[in-house]
Amino acid sequence: MKPRPFDYVRPDTVEEALALLAEYGDDARVLAGGQSLIPMLNLRLIEASVLIDISRIAALDGIRDLGNTIEIGAAVTQNALMAWPQLAQKLPLLAAALPLVGHFQTRNKGTVCGSIAHADPSSELPLALAVLEGQVVLRSQKRGEHVVAAAAFQRDMLTTARASDELIVAVRFPVIEGKGTAFNEVARRHGDFAIIAVAAVADWRGATQVGVGGIAGRPLVRRIFNDSAGAVAAWADELEGYEDLHATAAMRRDLFKNLAPDVIAEAVRCAA
Amino acid sequence: MRRVNKNERTRVALTLNNRKLAAEAEPRMLLSDFLRHALGATGTHVGCEHGVCGCCTVLIDGAATRSCLTLAVQAEGSDVRTVESLAAADGKLNALQQAFRNNHALQCGFCTPGILMSFTDFLGRNPHPTEEEIREVLSGHLCRCTGYAGIVAAIKEAAGGP
Repeated sequence: MKPRPFDYVRPDTVEEALALLAEYGDDARVLAGGQSLIPMLNLRLIEASVLIDISRIAALDGIRDLGNTIEIGAAVTQNALMAWPQLAQKLPLLAAALPLVGHFQTRNKGTVCGSIAHADPSSELPLALAVLEGQVVLRSQKRGEHVVAAAAFQRDMLTTARASDELIVAVRFPVIEGKGTAFNEVARRHGDFAIIAVAAVADWRGATQVGVGGIAGRPLVRRIFNDSAGAVAAWADELEGYEDLHATAAMRRDLFKNLAPDVIAEAVRCAA
Repeated sequence: MRRVNKNERTRVALTLNNRKLAAEAEPRMLLSDFLRHALGATGTHVGCEHGVCGCCTVLIDGAATRSCLTLAVQAEGSDVRTVESLAAADGKLNALQQAFRNNHALQCGFCTPGILMSFTDFLGRNPHPTEEEIREVLSGHLCRCTGYAGIVAAIKEAAGGP
């Protein structure tokens, strides 16, 4: 299908983009890679009166090493981050998660920040951000810049803490040293939305930060010590899960119970 | 700042297969439709229009991209390459196309233009991929006729593999 008509604006600077967001607010949608937004417009699941295309703002197209964190600008594509030479060393969890994000062809355009802004409950990058306890950098014309923790950013399915006049200018992933990480998911086809995705960060004492996507409206994170299979089973039983075309809620809980102990074991192995 | 109002038609100029071309488009016009209807380049096919089937894949500034998930106006000023750019002027197939013919990697051919463009990009970055890597990139395409064995064999042949 084709999208309904909308105005298109392509600002050259962040300031211009913020002025447009202040002017249009909820009537506007920010377009970066468009790999989630344009399908939704094509299918007419959403409407926008104005698209603000930030993909050519040079100031947003950078990966910056801030020491303890890596800051990824809003115009950086998923494949650009995958090709970053220090990815495996500084952000091993993302090195494992990125190949599972969409397809090679959509990663060429889709952005890291866009995936987090879209906040699909089964998508990989919001899960990675949640498990690593990363941050989202928001900026508006009126209130300037403020930083929101991942846990406070994604509130529910496709719902975030971003105000309508704010732009996500970057996200920050903490660099973790001396810990093991692992990421895996179950999907019908490589690159499809995950039915269940699990991410784990383990330290050398065996404590593991575990996150699960695809079972609630947002990624859930919990710290697990020892007996991971038992802890995961107990956690899965607490969760309602949800049912859609791809899986029943019970199947989601089962997949979580089966997948998570393997992901945790891999993270623990890497930490050792 | 570039600005186009809804229902306004604007001139979009880009380079298509080494030719500088321009035509009019509304903001909501998809690049896939712009290529086919405004520029007459019908080699690029349109399947699902939500980024799943991969038929409409073209190269934008060298990167394999879904043209149905790109607005024409977003590709303004870009270098766009489609399946029409692959064969020589005299019609001689390039190595990747010839490998598809040799391995019966297409039947109806609807999905083929997109697959050829994806692997034009991918083999440029990774000239000797493993079968697993080939299958991962191929997972971004749907073929309903031949299945994927012939396609994988063709790509391996084009990459100089066994």
